[in-house]
Amino acid sequence: MTQDEVIIAIKDIIAQIAPDEDLSQLQMDLRLREQIELDSMDFLDIVMELRKLYGVQVPEKDYMELATLAGCVKYLHPLLEGKSLHCAQRA
Amino acid sequence: MGYDTLIIGAGMSGLAAGIRLAQFDRRVLILERHSLWGGLNSFYKLKGRVFDSGLHALTNFARKGAAGLPLTRILRQLRLSYDELELGEQSGSRILFPGRSLAFGNDPALFFAEVEREFPAQVDGFRRLVAELPAYDAPPATDPSASARARLARYLDDPSLIEMLMLPLCIYGSAREDDLDDEQFGFLFRALFLEGFARPAGGIKALLDLLLRRYKSVGGELRMNSGVRRILLRDGAAIGVQLDSGEQLFAERVFSSAGHDETLRLVDGPRPAPAVAEAPRRLSFFESIAVLDAQPAQLGHASTVSFFNHGERFRYRIPDSPIDTHSGVVCTPNNFARGTPLPEGMLRITALANHAHWSSLPEEDYRAQKQACADAMLDSAARAMPELARVREHTLLRDTFTPRTIEHYTGHIGGAVYGSPHKRRDGSSGVARLWLVGTDQGMLGIVGALLSGITIANQHALAEARA
Repeated sequence: MTQDEVIIAIKDIIAQIAPDEDLSQLQMDLRLREQIELDSMDFLDIVMELRKLYGVQVPEKDYMELATLAGCVKYLHPLLEGKSLHCAQRA
Repeated sequence: MGYDTLIIGAGMSGLAAGIRLAQFDRRVLILERHSLWGGLNSFYKLKGRVFDSGLHALTNFARKGAAGLPLTRILRQLRLSYDELELGEQSGSRILFPGRSLAFGNDPALFFAEVEREFPAQVDGFRRLVAELPAYDAPPATDPSASARARLARYLDDPSLIEMLMLPLCIYGSAREDDLDDEQFGFLFRALFLEGFARPAGGIKALLDLLLRRYKSVGGELRMNSGVRRILLRDGAAIGVQLDSGEQLFAERVFSSAGHDETLRLVDGPRPAPAVAEAPRRLSFFESIAVLDAQPAQLGHASTVSFFNHGERFRYRIPDSPIDTHSGVVCTPNNFARGTPLPEGMLRITALANHAHWSSLPEEDYRAQKQACADAMLDSAARAMPELARVREHTLLRDTFTPRTIEHYTGHIGGAVYGSPHKRRDGSSGVARLWLVGTDQGMLGIVGALLSGITIANQHALAEARA
């Protein structure tokens, strides 16, 4: 998965969890919670979806790494190396 | 192969927990004793009509996507579509005491204006009370027995206003006589007075169908007519259940919506001692549902939910008589906004009732008393709302249920609608790997029950695997 695909993967998961949010204007370096309505229950779902779709385990101590899209790319890109993108919405 | 989680009861909380787990590929089985799902909030058919058994209104109304509200959160967590609920908002509700009334609706501004009109000297205190309500994500209370009445008395000094506020709060969610746990006050106050009421266009069946379809679409399993006889333990931890048929099923954990004491009675082997020595007093209700040949609004009854009380003080206790005619609730599914009006009028009247009385009656007396009490309740309601005097002549059909009916269909001791007065907020049952969902976990109403299932599934099954 490329870095761009990691962004698509994350946005796809968020779109699945929070279908009413507009994700087209998301900034890379701003905290996701400041841009769209995401609470701690939603973050649990992002982590659960990553596990379900890509077999990636994110321990609770690392949740902070996923606070921004840039953080997601930095943290997840190495873990998603060699895995192909498949969309939650179509899975 | 064993299950990840077995869930006792296909009510709102069990279905919500099941969806959460199945959605993340856990192998889940819900076991339901009856042939219908829904538990307290179910439906039944009588003479070609569908009746909702528990639903008066869906509390915690939220507009689509409204941030931070419980309804928005549960729809997200369960991945249900807001639009599919087809919610119709209430036309307006009211609290009626002798010589006083307070109207409220889904816009809190109305309630503020009404409090100001009826209790001008109290309005500042009322505003502070609302401004200082605990947030939804507030940490759990340090004293679970703290009283909502005590909280109200810190802000308001007119006992009449306190009584009027307590009436809907108790009847729509307190398991505690003459009071409400302060821990539940914030949720209920917001649910009723700030967020308000709505109704799915298809009644409770529409919501249940939506939940069940979602549960099955993510691979959840459901077995009807499968009562649990025993919860099986090994080394003090739950490992599965035995059904009434004798069949044994095994799982990593068991969730039970049967109620705390009811669940412990199923435990096979050493049980933890009850938290409180004496048997708790459990509140139950009597309800009659009249099908009318006219819309309630045509009879002059335009309100959605009307809470009434005949005295100065509101008494929320198990009555000594079969039913308590001093107070009650009248509600109608007709007075919600929606596309097409319901073909027939329907009016529900609800009152506190004495379970011991109803469960000891011989069958022929039981039937006769049901009719007599339904008549007495209608008379009582008509004293508060004179337009209801015309209901009798417009009634095509009336059905009535009692604490005995509720106990039969929910399995809750004493027909307790809001469960035990002693809540277990963390869902712990006292037995390892056995968790409580639903009423006795302490979240109430349909939205509360769904949130209960979600929360317990998140905390005690999904989050566990992360660590």
